[in-house]
Amino acid sequence: MRRMIIARLHNVTGILNRFTAVLNRRQVNIISISAGVTENQELTHTTFVVEVDSLGEIEQIIKQLNRLIDVIEVADITDLPHVAREVVLIKVSAPPERRAEIFTMIDPFRVNVVDVNRENVTIQLTGDSDKIEALIDLLIPYGIIRMARTGSAGFERG
Amino acid sequence: MKKIKLKTAKSGSQLVLETLKDLGVDIIFGYPGGAMLPLYDAIHGFEGIQHILARHEQGAVHEAEGYAKSSGKVGVVVVTSGPGATNTVTGIADAYLDSVPLLVFTGQVGRASIGKDAFQEADTVGITAPITKYSYQIRDTADIPRIVTEAYYLAHTGRPGPVEIDLPKDVSTIEVTEINDPKINLPNYHATEHADKNQLSKLLTQLSVSKKPLVIAGGGINYAEATEELRAFIDKYHIPVVSTLLGLGTVPVENPLQLGMGGMHGSYASNMALVEADYIINFGSRFDDRLVSNPTRFAENAVVAHIDIDPAELGKIVKTQIPIVSDLKEALQILVSADRVTTDFDEWTAHVLENKHRAPFSYGKVNDFIRPQQAIEWIGQYTDGDAIIVTDVGQHQMWAAQYYPYKNPRQLITSGGMGTMGFGVPAAIGAKLAHPDKNVILFVGDGGFQMTNQELALLNGYHIPIKVVLVNNHSLGMVRQWQESFYDERRSQSVFDAEPNFQLLAEAYGIKHLKLEDPKTLSEELKILSEDVPMLIEINISQAEQVLPMVPAGAHNDEILGVYFTDGTDAITGASEEVNHA
Repeated sequence: MRRMIIARLHNVTGILNRFTAVLNRRQVNIISISAGVTENQELTHTTFVVEVDSLGEIEQIIKQLNRLIDVIEVADITDLPHVAREVVLIKVSAPPERRAEIFTMIDPFRVNVVDVNRENVTIQLTGDSDKIEALIDLLIPYGIIRMARTGSAGFERG
Repeated sequence: MKKIKLKTAKSGSQLVLETLKDLGVDIIFGYPGGAMLPLYDAIHGFEGIQHILARHEQGAVHEAEGYAKSSGKVGVVVVTSGPGATNTVTGIADAYLDSVPLLVFTGQVGRASIGKDAFQEADTVGITAPITKYSYQIRDTADIPRIVTEAYYLAHTGRPGPVEIDLPKDVSTIEVTEINDPKINLPNYHATEHADKNQLSKLLTQLSVSKKPLVIAGGGINYAEATEELRAFIDKYHIPVVSTLLGLGTVPVENPLQLGMGGMHGSYASNMALVEADYIINFGSRFDDRLVSNPTRFAENAVVAHIDIDPAELGKIVKTQIPIVSDLKEALQILVSADRVTTDFDEWTAHVLENKHRAPFSYGKVNDFIRPQQAIEWIGQYTDGDAIIVTDVGQHQMWAAQYYPYKNPRQLITSGGMGTMGFGVPAAIGAKLAHPDKNVILFVGDGGFQMTNQELALLNGYHIPIKVVLVNNHSLGMVRQWQESFYDERRSQSVFDAEPNFQLLAEAYGIKHLKLEDPKTLSEELKILSEDVPMLIEINISQAEQVLPMVPAGAHNDEILGVYFTDGTDAITGASEEVNHA
């Protein structure tokens, strides 16, 4: 099952390494990871989406993560009301004869076109992971040349 | 950050030593090398801290472990960069698994060379991060007092463990006239965990409704200095106790309620009690698989209460209905002083104690060859169960766990979690240095002995009169036993066809030595142990000797093999007649 984990960490060298080492040791696959400094420059906020077998497993992992000296808090927010967004950049093949069709298709997603040339366009989308997956599915038939996803960033509502 | 002016300029190395001295460190174990030359130069002539020169960095770490495990103090290790640091990895991992408080200083190349594959460079922080409680690389000489103080605090508080400090050569060389505030700054680290009173009262309520309660006494009892409280709790409610390997001694063997070690090579009474109990109260054991064997079937019909200072241990292996995060001493004090709940499990206690008498640890006494179990029993008698027993890893370790009459906390110094062969010789040295007045007896096999016997050089050099009892079966006994039991007796690479003359080896190190082979005279000959000099006593035993009883890995605790019942309901199993002295 997929779980979204957020963590606030001391912004020190090697902390992401220590953090992911705990997941690595337990053979947990990281689906996405995002990290960046917070309102407090000394802290890093991270958002992990991981695949685990059971709730018991993720509970245990969170305890082990909490044990790390530079971890301030870790929480599984999957089942809590939360906001989470990720950004994707997709460079898709768009020769002039298909360009109009592509734009019509993706228009409901409210994407931004951030780069254009004769053969392809680069589209930026911000949204939750489902929306991003849906856009990717839509664009695959046209030929995705390159794609970069940031991974989800999020926290609890309220 | 607040700066503090120093009266005189000090080098990084001086700051390291002075901070350690201020923290109360009076002994360090180490081995010099290039990146550590500045620190070793400062050690030269530094007063108040004794340096013990190991002969291998792994030896230095196990020596510090033996010192720390037997005393509760922090063991301090100093080694150089690269190979010096990597040679400590086994010891650090050993300390991590057994929660031993250690401070390991590793040298590092100068800051400008880090990450550039410099001579004797290794990414020590990267290598040790997964096997330490925390690791530092000091980047600023002015930070040394804070980092060393913090590291020391981390090592011995909360759940103890090894902390690594990587010290670049130039950082230890530079002289500074002011330092950064040395105050500990660990806002998210909670060293003391206070018990939840509601959970503790649940523990007692469950006791009042249970019919078959059982206490598991783990190594955490030692670390929390909670032996007295544990004994008081057991006596108050008259609950039988299963010890883990690292918990031996917390409840004396002679206490009628002590069922002995549980698990793979544990007693019949302990393993049956683990299966039959309807309530298991685990004090400071981490439910290691050598105890639990098969977690899916462990304590199937029992409610489990687990008290540990580390929240990550609760529910990790065994489902726990009453989890309690707490310092054990505090929790036990509250439990002992709480109003007594009404209990009724006399029948149960009588039943498990009967098992203890029905199937004690036992072995056949024969005239042809020495039985190691008997040698350990005799040594137990001669030392009145009061010696510090250190073991290496293997069959002798399990016999020492089964047959020595422990009665004190921190009395058995052994590599529990990691099972590190080579632990014994250096750990015994560390234990003796921590307890010069105690008799320290090391049981070591011929396999593990050959991994770190270079440390024997310390015995005369530092006047360390430990007694090394080399239980020689000319093989890797435990490996061989498993091959005999589970691999169709294919003894693949587990028998030593050629061994050194251990007597001559001891001679080379200038220590007293003797070889004992006759079971008829062994008892008398072992009395030599009372002499206060370092010595090697080699005991030749049968190569066919096995450790029994045994719960095979993954089996249920009651699927125990090799049990001998005193009423003769089962045949004795033990060393076969096939005696093969190499």
